[in-house]
Amino acid sequence: MGAISRTEGIKLRSRGSISGRLLGSRIFVCFGGAALAFADQTQPSSPTNIFAPASTPAKSIFGLSLFVLAVTGAIFLVVFALLLYSIVRFRKKRNDDGREPPQVYGSNQVEMAWTIIPILIVVALFMATARVIALVQKTSPPGNAIAVTAIGHQFWWEYRYPQLGVVTANELHLPVSDPVHPTPTFITLLSTDTDHSFWVPRLGGKTDLIPNHPNTMWIDPQETGVYLGQCAQYCGIQHAKMLLRVYVQSKDDFDLWIRQQRQPAFVNDAIAQGQRIFETTACINCHTVSGTVANGRFGPDLTHLMSRDTIAAGAARNTPENLRLWIRNPNTIKPGSLMPAMQLDERELDALTAYLETLR
Amino acid sequence: MSTDAIALPGTELASQPFVARLHDWVTTVDHKRLGILYITFSLLFLLIAGVEAMLIRIQLIRPHNDFVSPQVFNRLFTMHGTTMIFFVIMPVMFGFANYLIPLMIGARDMAFPRLNAFSFWMTAFGGLLLYFSLAGANGLYGAGNAPDVGWFAYAPLTSQTFSIGHSTDFWILALLVSGFGSIGTAVNIIATVLCMRCPGMTLAKMPLFAWLNLVMAGLVILAVSPLTAAQIMLLVDRYLGGHFFDTQAGGSAVIWMHFFWVFGHPEVYVLVIPAFAFASEIIPVFSRKPIFGYSVMVAATIAIGFISMSVWAHHMFTVGMSSAANNFFVISTMAIAVPTGIKIFNWLATMWGGKIEFKTPMLFCIAFLFQFLIAGLTGIMQGAAPFDWHLGNSYFVVAHFHYVIVGGILFTLFGAFYYWFPKMSGKMCSEALGKLHFWLFIIGFHLTFDFMHIPGLLGMPRRIYTYEPGRGWDTWNFIVTIGVFFQAAGILVFLGNLIWSYFRGKAAGSDPWDAWTLEWSTNSPPPAYNFASRPVVKSRRPLWDFKHPADPDWNYE
Amino acid sequence: MNATSMTVAGARLEWNPPERGRVAMFSLIAAEAAIFTIFVVAYLFYVGKSLTGPTPKDVLSVPVLYTICLLSSSLTIHLAATSLRRGSILSFGLLWVATITLGAAFLYGTAIEWYRLIYNEGFTISTNLFGTTYYSLLGLHGFHVVVGLLSLSIVMVFTLLGSVRSEHAERIDVLSLYWHFVDVVWIVVFTVVYLIGR
Repeated sequence: MGAISRTEGIKLRSRGSISGRLLGSRIFVCFGGAALAFADQTQPSSPTNIFAPASTPAKSIFGLSLFVLAVTGAIFLVVFALLLYSIVRFRKKRNDDGREPPQVYGSNQVEMAWTIIPILIVVALFMATARVIALVQKTSPPGNAIAVTAIGHQFWWEYRYPQLGVVTANELHLPVSDPVHPTPTFITLLSTDTDHSFWVPRLGGKTDLIPNHPNTMWIDPQETGVYLGQCAQYCGIQHAKMLLRVYVQSKDDFDLWIRQQRQPAFVNDAIAQGQRIFETTACINCHTVSGTVANGRFGPDLTHLMSRDTIAAGAARNTPENLRLWIRNPNTIKPGSLMPAMQLDERELDALTAYLETLR
Repeated sequence: MSTDAIALPGTELASQPFVARLHDWVTTVDHKRLGILYITFSLLFLLIAGVEAMLIRIQLIRPHNDFVSPQVFNRLFTMHGTTMIFFVIMPVMFGFANYLIPLMIGARDMAFPRLNAFSFWMTAFGGLLLYFSLAGANGLYGAGNAPDVGWFAYAPLTSQTFSIGHSTDFWILALLVSGFGSIGTAVNIIATVLCMRCPGMTLAKMPLFAWLNLVMAGLVILAVSPLTAAQIMLLVDRYLGGHFFDTQAGGSAVIWMHFFWVFGHPEVYVLVIPAFAFASEIIPVFSRKPIFGYSVMVAATIAIGFISMSVWAHHMFTVGMSSAANNFFVISTMAIAVPTGIKIFNWLATMWGGKIEFKTPMLFCIAFLFQFLIAGLTGIMQGAAPFDWHLGNSYFVVAHFHYVIVGGILFTLFGAFYYWFPKMSGKMCSEALGKLHFWLFIIGFHLTFDFMHIPGLLGMPRRIYTYEPGRGWDTWNFIVTIGVFFQAAGILVFLGNLIWSYFRGKAAGSDPWDAWTLEWSTNSPPPAYNFASRPVVKSRRPLWDFKHPADPDWNYE
Repeated sequence: MNATSMTVAGARLEWNPPERGRVAMFSLIAAEAAIFTIFVVAYLFYVGKSLTGPTPKDVLSVPVLYTICLLSSSLTIHLAATSLRRGSILSFGLLWVATITLGAAFLYGTAIEWYRLIYNEGFTISTNLFGTTYYSLLGLHGFHVVVGLLSLSIVMVFTLLGSVRSEHAERIDVLSLYWHFVDVVWIVVFTVVYLIGR
């Protein structure tokens, strides 16, 4: 059956208005934003731009995203043009004769065409997608991979390097990977409480940390530098301040950092008073300082606190003032944080801060 | 007791004492009155949830803002999402379905009028229960009140350990109660459409509005039930010491996600299919042509209904499913684009070769076509799972689904208001105010939701009460917030238009749009009994046949 | 009744849409089936995953007798419905009582089984994953049996008052659809819990 239609002459009430001008502004608005985002890809003004990949998984996702954007962009242009054409060409004219237009009920050929073509597009998109899924969801790490276990907490990140004997928090250090001889990092993702998600856009897509459901991901950062991200699965009140900092270093710098992290805490008699306060207040119930009696696991490991640029999972710069403020009352920096204010007086705060400042 | 239509001021009913009139409305089982109750209820909650959105956006206008505390912010986005989905969009769609289906199929009322009333009041009570939480439950930390676990309430955040107090329980109970109301309405719609059609109206001659609401009702039956089940399980965990989602006892947090999204994905089709129904009625009338490809539209909608039950885990691409599972959900997600695209093309073909009149209902439906196209395409982008490993849980997703719900659903809903308000009230809406509403709202919509995609592409996750400067998100968030004020202005103009037109609008007559379905053959507003005698129809456009007796539709269908 | 026969434009039009009570009951059954499916999926997912506590083999005993009671009640309710359609109110009433009795016997069996599990075995809903899923699934089913029995009892009262006549056969059919659904769910639950899961 072909198109079914007929013509009819009936008087119409004639009153109509034309509007199609502002579509141009809509087009600009839609595309302008996308273009600006693209412009960022070579010189990222945003440190978390997904179109500025620096690691193989991120790069292969980037390639897929370009393909998908091209296909969907083409579909958009075609259909948009047809829609725009139809509302301009087929609008009711001022000098309309009042007859109904030809009544068309359908057309099987046309329906076939716009069924088959989308199916083919879907097949193409799926095949491109499946290829990247296979590439990124590798399960077996090569022998020279660095193994890290990331454990999500409310609201901080714990990192363990099981083969290297290092435990730290919030700032992840990794060796840079040479594309010719890759040294990727394989991360096992666990959680002690609620769901979290590890997302450092320039290094890879996000993977969730779910209690009782270990996940794995891998990255091979190919440029040194600091990469930013943050928790991407709502985990409670301070989800917004569970920030990620990944420090990608040269092999030598990374080895040095590992060696430093493996040291027990520096001992310094001048700050004995601060250390005493630390060990007799409830601090040791939650925090570990290796080589001392403090071996709590609920809060971040503080053995090398001073090796980090930030405290409170990126919520504040690691300065003595901020550290003192944090200990005095964590709610001033991260309201709803699970660390309680320890009700210390000013003298005790000074001594305690001085002690923590020695944990390099 | 009154079975009359909605009164115009000055008629004898207006002289009844207020209490008597209130009693009529509270005890009504008339589908038209219940429809108006649903719609009014949803407009009230639209305002409340809209204010919640404004507060969220003001907080996010710049980094490290302290307009609201993190506790309040987390409650705001939870309540905004929950309210909009369960107490704005679903009730308003049920309201239009209740009002229009019997009129369109030539019936006296819905199949089960008392069940209809029961379902409405369950929904209303659920909404009140959700907001009663503000009167003093304990949140995650400290005193107050509204739930703050997000509208999808992932485990184990909702366990007693992490959600102390009763705020989460208000979320659970409010949705359980209104869920029973939703299932009741769905049963009613199915029974009405299958059993109450007037003679001659076979399923193939039924308006698309009735078909699409039938599919929507089927989805409610199959989708709301899993949510009910999951919420019962959550209550068992919270109060009977159960371990359904207790990861410490070996339970799975992921299984909550599966159960929730088995509900959650068909739910978005429950929201959008009635929007398709509006477009399928309005676009033909203002193009002066029948809908192009009626049977294909029906088949595509049924296909969408079926496929929508199989795509749910595309909300879980980042959870760590196997590559086989990820691939399956990629295919199913992309597959649903095919029937959805077919519908867009059919609407386009309906306009093609027609004589388009740019009245307010049609303006909104044309904007819907452009915007739903974009929304569908950003959906395809996220269907490519690795791309979704970036886009998921970021502001790109928030932009996408608001593009569908506001740019798609709300726009057709506005169109439906302007189109059927004359039928429901007997008065025409002001075209001038309608167009002002349209332009204010569309400018605001695009300012907010076009630019909202960009922070997502630049790494901004969702559900954060503040964000760091220096990530390139600041300017975009600012623009997004500005757009909200235009939308608010548009909504105020809209409400003003409804109120003004109710009292001062031009008399509408029974068929102000020269349309073709049965509701336009009754008075405006229709009498309580709808039709003086039972209609008998021979084609899909009974009024076309009536108006063109020499050339009726049934020769061509 | 919606069925109509009329003359339209000189032609005979037979119009027989389905009965709305039946359509509504099937829709309700579909919704309930979806709820039960989720509980069954949870049960199957958690088989063997409990970290502690008794396994099904340790504590469950297969309730053969009470299953026979419940499934027989489907037969009696079917016979009752056909009796009513035929017009024999007396046999309808007797078969209806039999249905209620058999359903109540099933509930009694569940009650003593649960008493044994809770008080003798110390096995509760909070014991382990098996406990949570077992009591939830069977409890949900038992709740639906209770609702069914309440409905059947209301009909019983109407019967004793003499209000139930053969023209109500359609409504009795619709109600018995619900009862058959409850039995089918039991077949599924029995298979999953006592055959597959043990």
